Amino acid sequence: MSGSSVLKRIDWLSIFFYALLVAIGWLNIYSTTFSETNPSIFNFDALHGKQLFFIGTCIVAIVTILALETSFFERFSSLFYIVSMISLLGLFVFGKTIAGATSWYDLGFFNLQPSEFAKAATALALAKYLSDIQTDIKRRKDQLYAFLIILIPALLIIPQPDPGSALVFFALVFVLFREGLPLFYLLLGFLLVLVFVTTLKFGTIWVTIFVALVITLFFLLKKKSFKIPIFPLISAALITILFSLSVNFVFNNVFEQRHRDRFSLWLRLEKDPQKLEQIRKTIGYNTYQSEKAIESGGFFGKGFLEGTRTKGDFVPEQHTDYIFSSVGEEWGFLGTASVVMLFTFLLLRLVFLAERQKNAFSRMYGYGVISILLVHYFINIGMVTGILPTIGIPLPFFSYGGSGLLFFSAMLFIFLKLDSNRLREGI
Amino acid sequence: MKKFLLSSIIIIIGITFLGRLSYLQVFSSSTNQVLEDPAIKAVYDYPERGYIYDRNGKLLVANDPAYDVMVIPREVKALDTIEFCDLLGIDKEKFLKELKKARNYSPRLPSVLVPQLSKEDYAKLQEKMRHYQGFYIQKRSLRYYDTSSGANILGYISEVNERDLEQNPYYVQGELTGRTGIEKQYEDILRGRKGVQYIQKDRFNRDIGPYKNGLLDTLPEQGKEINVTLDKDLQEYGERLMSGKWGGIVAIEPATGEILSMISGPTYDPKLLVGRDRSANYSKLHYDTISKPLFDRSILAEGSPGSPFKTINALIALQEGVITPETTFTCYHGFYVGGRKRGCHCGGGNRNLHSGIYKSCNAYFAGTFRKIYDKYETTDEAMDVWEKHVKSFGLGDFLHYDLPEGKRGRIPGKEYYDKWYGDNRWSSSYIISNSIGQGEVSVTPVQLANMTAAIANRGFYYTPHILKKVEGKDITNPEFVAPKYTTIDKKYFDPVVQGMADVYKLGTARGVQIPGIEVAGKTGTVENFTKINGVRTQLTDHSVFVAFAPVDNPKIAIAVYIENGYFGSRYAGHIASLMIEKYLKGEISRKDLEKRMLEKTLESEYAKPYSGEEFKINERVW
Repeated sequence: MSGSSVLKRIDWLSIFFYALLVAIGWLNIYSTTFSETNPSIFNFDALHGKQLFFIGTCIVAIVTILALETSFFERFSSLFYIVSMISLLGLFVFGKTIAGATSWYDLGFFNLQPSEFAKAATALALAKYLSDIQTDIKRRKDQLYAFLIILIPALLIIPQPDPGSALVFFALVFVLFREGLPLFYLLLGFLLVLVFVTTLKFGTIWVTIFVALVITLFFLLKKKSFKIPIFPLISAALITILFSLSVNFVFNNVFEQRHRDRFSLWLRLEKDPQKLEQIRKTIGYNTYQSEKAIESGGFFGKGFLEGTRTKGDFVPEQHTDYIFSSVGEEWGFLGTASVVMLFTFLLLRLVFLAERQKNAFSRMYGYGVISILLVHYFINIGMVTGILPTIGIPLPFFSYGGSGLLFFSAMLFIFLKLDSNRLREGI
Repeated sequence: MKKFLLSSIIIIIGITFLGRLSYLQVFSSSTNQVLEDPAIKAVYDYPERGYIYDRNGKLLVANDPAYDVMVIPREVKALDTIEFCDLLGIDKEKFLKELKKARNYSPRLPSVLVPQLSKEDYAKLQEKMRHYQGFYIQKRSLRYYDTSSGANILGYISEVNERDLEQNPYYVQGELTGRTGIEKQYEDILRGRKGVQYIQKDRFNRDIGPYKNGLLDTLPEQGKEINVTLDKDLQEYGERLMSGKWGGIVAIEPATGEILSMISGPTYDPKLLVGRDRSANYSKLHYDTISKPLFDRSILAEGSPGSPFKTINALIALQEGVITPETTFTCYHGFYVGGRKRGCHCGGGNRNLHSGIYKSCNAYFAGTFRKIYDKYETTDEAMDVWEKHVKSFGLGDFLHYDLPEGKRGRIPGKEYYDKWYGDNRWSSSYIISNSIGQGEVSVTPVQLANMTAAIANRGFYYTPHILKKVEGKDITNPEFVAPKYTTIDKKYFDPVVQGMADVYKLGTARGVQIPGIEVAGKTGTVENFTKINGVRTQLTDHSVFVAFAPVDNPKIAIAVYIENGYFGSRYAGHIASLMIEKYLKGEISRKDLEKRMLEKTLESEYAKPYSGEEFKINERVW
């Protein structure tokens, strides 16, 4: 196949959104790290210079991906998965520790973070497994295997420790739902989260009252002819209450203080406003600063390179996980809203592309990519704007970091490559 | 369903984020960014406060550098405490206490450890300072007074309080502002404008360069120097004369309305409210509720004007055409009101305008006053006319001079008496005391002086004011340079002025003539009462005197109000004559009189009501 045919059939709209996000991201990295004495964008001692180099690397990787045979990715997906799992294991021996987490290989010029690689590999492997003609997602056994594919990298990453990245893998369950896993599981998961939060915020008593209320309503509104499944109903109610009780136990005995603090901050569990403010300024320091920085940007922002808090490094990690706060400060609501829209458009476009795949593997992989990007975007901006507890994962295409940018880009472009080939696959 | 699950989630998340961001950035975002931003520090450069000179260019108030020892607790390294305390001139306990206080305030920010070192201590400390890390010396500017007079008019400066900060966004915590007197009135002129430099900070509070390259920075604007209308020598002389006496003296230049001196007794040295002992001294002055040194009697003490007010009634009667200078009234060593006799000291007999004034005959002015009221059909009508005339002399309301304090005094109108007696249930007899300046009228010394200036000018006055020049340029405020006319025609002043001139030659103030200067004046002896344990008790009369000189070309108009000084001529008259001589001639020819006035005090008189014993009033001591 010739290179030009790929360029004709590739989805340029997605590439346009992608390129915009990368460019805006780089501008903000530049703003957070530039110095007045050496404002050159090619200053490779500065982080923005390095990021520029990573962007160059990405372009090489993208060209390579587009030039490869389409079937290459499906064929070697198991291999990628195995290699990435081994590289995760290898961290326990050869890993480099940065900021308390052993998540990197030191390659001299650049630190490689294999968990980023594992995201793409797992998405590929899951798609490969599910698209196998012999796999039926309705079967318990196949469901279990699919879960295992997701679970293994997560379990390897948790002890680094990097619970945030581990969490990302669970986003891949969206692929399973798309492929026929009963939505009941999703509902169940949602209910569990609801009970968890309600218990922390209001206590088991209210959960019990709520459950009783639901059962009563059920009895009142049922049709005469309907036979009540008494046993499942009662056991569901009991399980809910037991789970609620266990939440308290886990929260108080299994969680560490810092986790408890994050939740008490997020759910405003501390009633004393002075103590809450104290927690906001100590444990919630990052979120507090980033909220304040975003707030201070106002509607129009302070202007490029004019963000005083950005310049003063008030928001920790502002070039990586908290990069969005600098968008908020310097570009204001216009900037933040634009970035949110860009992500929304890109993700919706990718859903559209995934849905039009005739090849099951391509579709499933597409869903994997969307799920991973979505969960990063959701958790990151949710954290930076203070509506979610602190979970440290980067904003795709935006945050500083070579591994992240490289594998997010690779992941995306593998899908775009698959998409460009969809008509042939169909034949 | 399955196909739309993810899309729905993406859209819901997008909407949630937009909602959150608009909440943060559109609805919560505040406007005053620069000052609230922890990443920007404003560093101020304070200009020197303007000097204050008197009308002749003599220095009154300047600045004195002062040195505060500052500490940044976090940067303090181990040190030889004993040696350091020795240098600072404080003991170790105090040092440790202050250090702890500073640390409690903030470990990162500077606090004052020892305020206002003397120049000598500073010199000693300066070269050794670098041995003590975390400490440094900050220069401040304090007010320096080149006089011990005029404390209340000059006013003082002090640190801004919460209210100042709310009212005027110019100030930030710790800055100084004029609190009273001229310092307050002309704060904006004297203060200048501080320069500001915005510094970009990082989260460790370190400077990392100018904010926006100094685009918003400003240079300090120097405070302007001013000349006030006071005559330093006259002011100081008046305060010496006032020593041991309570009351007020106000002298005005009739041709301009410039206040030549404004003396309140008792007073205090303005230097007391500067420096390390400031607050202790202030408390002492503030809690002296008997003699009230912080209460500026020259502009705040309201009292009956007494006989000087007769001149106004005479002018009104002439203007209304109810008397001529030749009209006579018979004095029976007093006069009758509603069957009751009211006394008079003039000696009795027929009085016309001339002798009525110089002898201060009560009967003459009671008769004159009645004639004003008899002219009109109703008392209300007459009252309105009388009130209008009196108020045209600047009485009964704020004069609107340029000092931040003042009192209205009181010129009662018909509403006042309607409230008191009931509508139409009073007549001129009820208010006859106003004819001789007792009754319900009350004035402040500055109003009395201004009234005298209006008589001296034969019919107009300039609003009294204290500011003469700013940076050497005369003021142009129309409020102060345009004359205000009374309702009395010029021609009616001459007979009254003639009477006032003869107060010295023939009348109640014969004893206080000034050789070579023709003075017109009027004595006043004001009955007054206080309450002792709830019992209304009469005290020794207030001694009041108003005068202007020279009669034909008045250079000075003066009002002297000495509390419990007895006869008008006794204290007030003498003091007024000395002040006039001092101002017009520069020195005093009557040394004996001067000596007596400087030495005599009324302390024993002021102690009487507080003695708890019976006491006599109006004693003839000399």
